[in-house]
Amino acid sequence: MTHKILLGALAAAAILGAGAAQAQTLNDVKNRGNLRCGTNTGLAGFAFPDANNVWQGFDVAYCRAIAAAVLGDPMKVDFVPLTSQTRFTALAAGEVDVLVRNTTWTFVRDVDLKFTFAAVNYYDGQGFMVRKDLGVSSAKELDGAKVCIETGTTTELNLADFFRSNGMSYDPVPIETNAAAQQQYLAGACDVYTTDVSGLAATRASFADPQNHVILPEVVSKEPLGPLVRHGDDQWADIVRWVSNALVAAEELGITSANIGELKANGHPNPEVNRLLGREGDLGAMLGLDANWAVRAISAAGNYGEIFATNIGEGTPIGLARGLNALWTQGGLQYTPPFR
Amino acid sequence: MATTTPDYRQGSFRLSMLIYDSRYRAITIQIVFLMLLMAGFAWLVDNTIQNLRALGKDFSYRFLWQSAGYDINQTLIAYNSTMSHARAMVVGLLNTILVAVMACALATVLGVLAGVLRLSNNWIVARLMTIYVELFRNIPTVLWILIFFSVMAISMPEPRAFRGEAATASMLVFDSVAITNRGVYIPEPVFDRSLGDLDLRYFKVSVDLLAIIAALIASSWASGRIVARANRIQEETGIRPATWWLRLAVWVLPVAALLSALGFHLVKPVLPETGIPNFQGGIHMRNSLIALWLALSVYTGAFIAEVVRAGILAVNRGQTEAAVSLGLRPTLTMRLVILPQALRVIIPPMISQYLNITKNSSLAIAVGYMDLRATLGGITINQTGRELEAMLLMMLIYLALSLTISSLMNVYNARVKLKER
Repeated sequence: MTHKILLGALAAAAILGAGAAQAQTLNDVKNRGNLRCGTNTGLAGFAFPDANNVWQGFDVAYCRAIAAAVLGDPMKVDFVPLTSQTRFTALAAGEVDVLVRNTTWTFVRDVDLKFTFAAVNYYDGQGFMVRKDLGVSSAKELDGAKVCIETGTTTELNLADFFRSNGMSYDPVPIETNAAAQQQYLAGACDVYTTDVSGLAATRASFADPQNHVILPEVVSKEPLGPLVRHGDDQWADIVRWVSNALVAAEELGITSANIGELKANGHPNPEVNRLLGREGDLGAMLGLDANWAVRAISAAGNYGEIFATNIGEGTPIGLARGLNALWTQGGLQYTPPFR
Repeated sequence: MATTTPDYRQGSFRLSMLIYDSRYRAITIQIVFLMLLMAGFAWLVDNTIQNLRALGKDFSYRFLWQSAGYDINQTLIAYNSTMSHARAMVVGLLNTILVAVMACALATVLGVLAGVLRLSNNWIVARLMTIYVELFRNIPTVLWILIFFSVMAISMPEPRAFRGEAATASMLVFDSVAITNRGVYIPEPVFDRSLGDLDLRYFKVSVDLLAIIAALIASSWASGRIVARANRIQEETGIRPATWWLRLAVWVLPVAALLSALGFHLVKPVLPETGIPNFQGGIHMRNSLIALWLALSVYTGAFIAEVVRAGILAVNRGQTEAAVSLGLRPTLTMRLVILPQALRVIIPPMISQYLNITKNSSLAIAVGYMDLRATLGGITINQTGRELEAMLLMMLIYLALSLTISSLMNVYNARVKLKER
C-alpha cells in the first residue's frame, strides 16, 4: 500500500513539475521543431480543421506565420484545441507556446493572470443573435429572455453588466463550447445566443438557414482579440508581437504573398520595405531569428488584409466587413509601430 | 565454571538490530517509508511554490471577497452579479447538495424497487429489471446526463408552442405543469399571510418553512406517543387497539391547519401573451437539473438494485420459510422479516453509492448546471486565474461533504446493525 502511495506521489510530482521550465521559449520551440499553438476547438473562419484535417482560419494563419518566421515552415504547428475554460491553464502550464483563440485582452488577464498580449489581430465587440421570428429588433427588448453563453469568457461578465444596467432580467444558460451552445440555440432551448460579433457571424454562417437569424445592432462591449504568451519571456513575446506587426505592415506597405518574392529579390525604393524583408539592417538578428523571418511570415498566409479576406472577409460565408479592422489609413484601428 | 555466554535479554542495543532483529525491523521499515513519503510531500509543496514563483503568482484567497461579476441561473439563496465569489461558491455548493439529495432519494426508491423485483417469481418482471440494471450501470454517467439533456432540449415543445389560438402544446394537470424544451415549470407554493423571513445576516430563512418543520416534528412526537400507548395496551391486554386513524389525524391535521392559517395556495406558471415567450411564475426546474437528477438516479439506482438484491439473498432462506410457516403474507415477510435483516448488509455499500452520487454530480458542467464545480471550479477560476487555490478549496469542500454523508450514514448503520451483547 505504502508503495502505491509513494509511486502515486512521485507520478503526481512529475506532472506538477512539468511546467517548471519557463524562460527561453524560442529555444524550446526550435529544439522541439514545432510550434504548439492553442486554438479554438472549432469556430468557422477562425480555427477549424478542414475536410483533410488541416487546420484553417484567421487565428490559424497567425500560428502559421509565427511557425514560418521561427522554424521556416508554416506547417510545423501542433494545434492544441482549447475550450474557453482550459485555455489559460494550458498556456500558464506551458502546454502551448502561444494562444491565438479569440481571446479578449483585459486588465486582469494581462496583469493578474500573468500573460502578455502581443497584439490585437481583431477588434471585436459582444453582440446578440436571435431568430427572426422572435420579433425582436433591439437588445433592449430582451427582458426575460433565456440567453446561451459560452462559460468562462468575458461575455459572461458583459452580459451580467448589460442586463443589470438596463434593469432587465434574464436566465443565463452556461455552455462549455461554441458547438454545444449552437446546438442549444438551434434546438430553441434559448432565445438568444451571445458572443463576440465575429463569432456570431461565423456561427450563423454554419447554420442551414442563416437568413432566419439576425444579429441585433447593439454591440455591448469592447473585445480586442489577439495572440498572447506567458509573462516573463520578453524575447518570445517580442517575436509574436513583431510577426503580427509585420503582417499589418506588409498590408500597409503593399507587400502581398504574390509580389513578396519579387520585392525580396529586387528591392523597393522604400527603405522600410527593405528593412522588413531583410535586405537592409539586421532586424531579424535582433529578434534572435534570421534575416528572412518576415518574408516567410508574410508568405505563409499573406499579409493581414489577405488573411482577413480569405478567412472571414466579405467574400467568404462569414462575410465580415473590415470595419474597425481596416488599416488606420482607411479609417480603421490596425496600425503598426515603425520597423526601424 | 564461569560462563561467558552473553545475556541476550539485557544485551546492549546495536544499530544493526534495527534491520536484523525482527522485533525492530517492521518499525524501521515503517519509519523509513513515512520519512520518504513526507520528503515526497515536501518536495511537491516546494516544487509548487517554486513554480508559482516562476510564474510570478502568489497564493492567496483574497479573490473570494471580490465581486463575482457573473450571474447564476439557479440560486437557492439570494444572489446577484455584484456579490462576492465566496457567495457564488455557496450558491454552487447548495446546488450540488440539492441535486445530490434529490438523486439519492430517487436512486434509493428506484434501486430498492428494482432490486426486489429482480428477485420476483414473475419471469418478465425479473428480466426487465435485469435489463434495467445491466443497461444503466454499463454506460458512463456522463453519457446518460447528455442523453437526458438532449431528449429534453430537442423533443419537448418550445414555450412559444403553448401560445395563441393555434397552440400545438398544452399544459398538464389542470393547466399547472408545463413541460418545455427549457425545463419543467411546476406550481409554486405561496403563503398569503406569510410570517416573513428570518434574516440570518448571510441568508434568509422562511419562517413559514420553520413553522411547518416544527409542526411535523410535533406530529412525529405525538405519533410516537400513540404507538407507545398501543404497545402498552397490547402488553397488558393482548389486544392491539387500532391506531392508524389517530396517527393519520396527528400527522395531517396540524399541518393542514397551519397551511390554511398561512393562506397557502399554489401559483401556476403562466405564459405572457406578448413579449418573449417564456413562462413566468411557478418553479422552473431547468433541463440541466432534470437531466442531472434523472441520470444520476437511474445510473446509481442500478448499482443500488444490485446491493439490495445481494442484501436480500444474504438472508437465510430459512427465515422466509419460518415466516411463511407463521402465516405471514409475502409482503409482510419482506417488510418485517427479510428487509430488516438485509439492511445490515445493504447499508455499508449504500454509503458508497450516496458518496458516488455526490461526487458524480460534479459532471454537471456537461449540461451547464451551476454546481460547485461550475461556479468555484469553473467561472471563478476563469475570471480570477486562481486555479490552485480554487481547486484546493473545492477538493476540501467535496471531502467535507463526503465525510459528512459518510458519518451520517454510519450513525444510521449503527442503529440497524446486529446488536451484539
